Amino acid sequence: MEQQRESTTLGMWIFLVTEIMFFGGLFTAYLIYRIQYPQVWEYCSRHHMEFKLGTLNTVILLCSSLTVALSVHAIQMGQKKLTALLLFATVLMGLGFLGIKSIEYHNHYLEGSVPGAFWHMEVENPDGTHYPAPHEYQLFFYLYFVMTGLHALHVTIGVVALALIGLWAWQGKYTPEYHNPVHITGLYWHFVDLVWIFLFPLLYLIAGK
Amino acid sequence: MATQALTVPVERENYLNAGYGVKSWLLTTDHKRIAILYLISITLMFFIGGFFATMIRLELLTPQGDLMSHDTYNKMFTMHGIVMVFFFLIPSIPATLGNFLIPMMIGAKDLAFPRINLLSWYIYIVSAALMIYVILTGGVDTGWTFYAPFSTTYSNTNVLLAGIAIFINGFSSILTGLNFIVTTHRMRAPGLTWNRLPLFVWSHYATSVIQVLGTPVIAITLALVAIERVWHVGIFDPKVGGDPVLFQHLFWFYSHPAVYIMILPSMAVMSEIITCFSRKRIFGYHFVALASIGIAVLGFLVWAHHLFVAGISAYAALVFSLLSYFVAVPSAIKVFNWTATMYKGSIAMRTPMLYAMGFIGLFTMGGMTGLFLAALGIDAHVTDTYFVIAHFHFIMVGGAVMAYLAGIHFWWPKITGRMYPEAWGKIAAGLVFIGFNLTFLPQFVLGYVGMTRRYHEYKPEFQVLNVLSSAGASILAVGYLLPLVYLLWSLRYGPLAGDNPWAAQGLEWKTASPPPTFNFDETPVVTWEAYDYDQMPKEVPVGS
Amino acid sequence: MSEHVSHVKTYWLVWFILMVLMALTVVLSRVPMPGPLNTLIALAIAAAKATLVLLFFMHLKYESYVLSAVVFVAGLFWLLIFFGLTMVDYLSRNVLGVPGR
Repeated sequence: MEQQRESTTLGMWIFLVTEIMFFGGLFTAYLIYRIQYPQVWEYCSRHHMEFKLGTLNTVILLCSSLTVALSVHAIQMGQKKLTALLLFATVLMGLGFLGIKSIEYHNHYLEGSVPGAFWHMEVENPDGTHYPAPHEYQLFFYLYFVMTGLHALHVTIGVVALALIGLWAWQGKYTPEYHNPVHITGLYWHFVDLVWIFLFPLLYLIAGK
Repeated sequence: MATQALTVPVERENYLNAGYGVKSWLLTTDHKRIAILYLISITLMFFIGGFFATMIRLELLTPQGDLMSHDTYNKMFTMHGIVMVFFFLIPSIPATLGNFLIPMMIGAKDLAFPRINLLSWYIYIVSAALMIYVILTGGVDTGWTFYAPFSTTYSNTNVLLAGIAIFINGFSSILTGLNFIVTTHRMRAPGLTWNRLPLFVWSHYATSVIQVLGTPVIAITLALVAIERVWHVGIFDPKVGGDPVLFQHLFWFYSHPAVYIMILPSMAVMSEIITCFSRKRIFGYHFVALASIGIAVLGFLVWAHHLFVAGISAYAALVFSLLSYFVAVPSAIKVFNWTATMYKGSIAMRTPMLYAMGFIGLFTMGGMTGLFLAALGIDAHVTDTYFVIAHFHFIMVGGAVMAYLAGIHFWWPKITGRMYPEAWGKIAAGLVFIGFNLTFLPQFVLGYVGMTRRYHEYKPEFQVLNVLSSAGASILAVGYLLPLVYLLWSLRYGPLAGDNPWAAQGLEWKTASPPPTFNFDETPVVTWEAYDYDQMPKEVPVGS
Repeated sequence: MSEHVSHVKTYWLVWFILMVLMALTVVLSRVPMPGPLNTLIALAIAAAKATLVLLFFMHLKYESYVLSAVVFVAGLFWLLIFFGLTMVDYLSRNVLGVPGR
């Protein structure tokens, strides 16, 4: 059992490394374009990102990491129902995250900052007049949507996985001796949180001069 | 003797007869059966890729582009590249020989995650089916390198589906790599320390590290290309301030280490075959083992040597040129060590050894021409010419494919319990060697005097060399078709091989041929060093 | 059972520190600072948060099997290779004054 646990845990960590490299390509693109267009990044982040919603989402994910860690502890203690309840709480928070994200996406669509066919964003001058946003602004939003979209996809997968594991935990499938699936699904969820920990300041909190 | 060859063998339980019927194969979790499933699929994809190569060489018989239009020719070399790289070379040795042998070589019953192994094959099949669909509906014409903005904006072919197929294929590669890493760490038999591990396993471990770290990057790159094609917005588009060179950085960050995914398993096979047919320990075991890791690590540092003329800064070109020289060192160490292993050995010229010796020569030539390309001045002259094509075919075909054939022949008796006909094996090896050199040596010259790659027409003065190359390709084709025939023939009519027809060292040879489903009757306990050929007879028994 | 069981208190403490760090990063982002300091501080705080999640929530501090930690650190290192060598190109463009280089 112990060898099994260590093997599957190692397998999950290796999988998480592939996820790091997967997101890594996007972070590289972000890095390059931010260095090339710093004012564009600053403007979009300060004026077109709803940092209060972003902060709320960060709070939600950090709390969900707590609940999932507590659920692993609960099953180590043999408290099967508590494990399931904590997992369901995590699921609810994940859904909350996705809900807020949808609101943000919708707001972006309304203000015209979805790149491509629906793009009609305007930049505000210091004196209050507007002009259509130059092409480079689409780059920021392209990266915003792809990075947070890919992250949201991973959140969705995590929510489904946690719901399933929660259901099986409620049915008494896991014990203090065998709860590997809870453990490694938890690892996946923490990873999703880790990605957001970096996405949040890079997209929402770029400081102005 | 003749009647013995036709006798049905006494049916001891082995992985082949432990269950009949389609379901027992398609739902198997036995790593050996999965290896056979891969072997069949990969052979099919190899001949599909070979078909496109045939079309290329036919077109290039004449200077005019008269066999097909330029658009069609673009599709030919693109599909040749995509099928050969992603659907043949990358999975070839790891998914067939690696899957079959690694658990046996470490004394285990199976890999760490047998069901994930089966899943990995199914993912491969789905991606291959999707790619065949792409081929049947017109193919792709962007080159296997998918450079933006042609792939993202201007190509009229099914780039989206091709990208999706390769994306899916990547997961197969990642899961195999993950499985091998965990297996090597967790499932070695008692007494089998890292220092006693066969070099085959060391090399596959290094390959798996590359697969796990690199493949996700091509996945995200192709995803970005797909997004740009579907929604017409993108980060490689200069109209929105994007940079097409960024695509090349992202693409080659994976695709350069990918070539090490293709060659490291070949080197794995070499270490096993050369020791067996020289009847000697490997020279410098630790150097070879660490060189595998060195290749894996250094291989990630050199990707922009594919971008020397693409518009990267001069300083970046300098840095990557220097790093590219470094990456040749571990490969050279391996070649020296194999050669030193053969020195004063008792060489047995069986078919696998013929392929292995061909590998050493051709891989060395391919590797050294890579060093020419690492030099910025030479690269500016020969990049995007046939010189580059000759360089990588020397390594991929003269190296990887020959190693694959060597491995198939060497372990054929273990996998099937039958011996292939040695005379035909030697004939095929000779044809492959002659055909290969005739095909690709002229291409070095062609590239140097200026024939551009990916063009379906060329200047008339290049025709003689092109005809030589195409003639060589036809000989090479015969050389590849022969093993298909005689290996299949041997399944029914070949003489029974014993447990260890080559008198080789290695745990896989200490169990029956074909092996029982759980590999060993008892878990072995290892107390000896690898390649302990002092204990083995000096002569290789002929056949079984 | 060699699997480590943390105290519930540890988790709540780590959560509290994470909340504090998050508030800090939001507040500091609104304070103008010279040069790239804002970004550096934000990334440093993010790295601190990530380390806490990795060590305590994901149990890397307690895994007797150290390999998982090695694997993760290797992954991060590879990401840095990717960033670093790509930046070698982009940061040195147009330095020579030669067009296209």
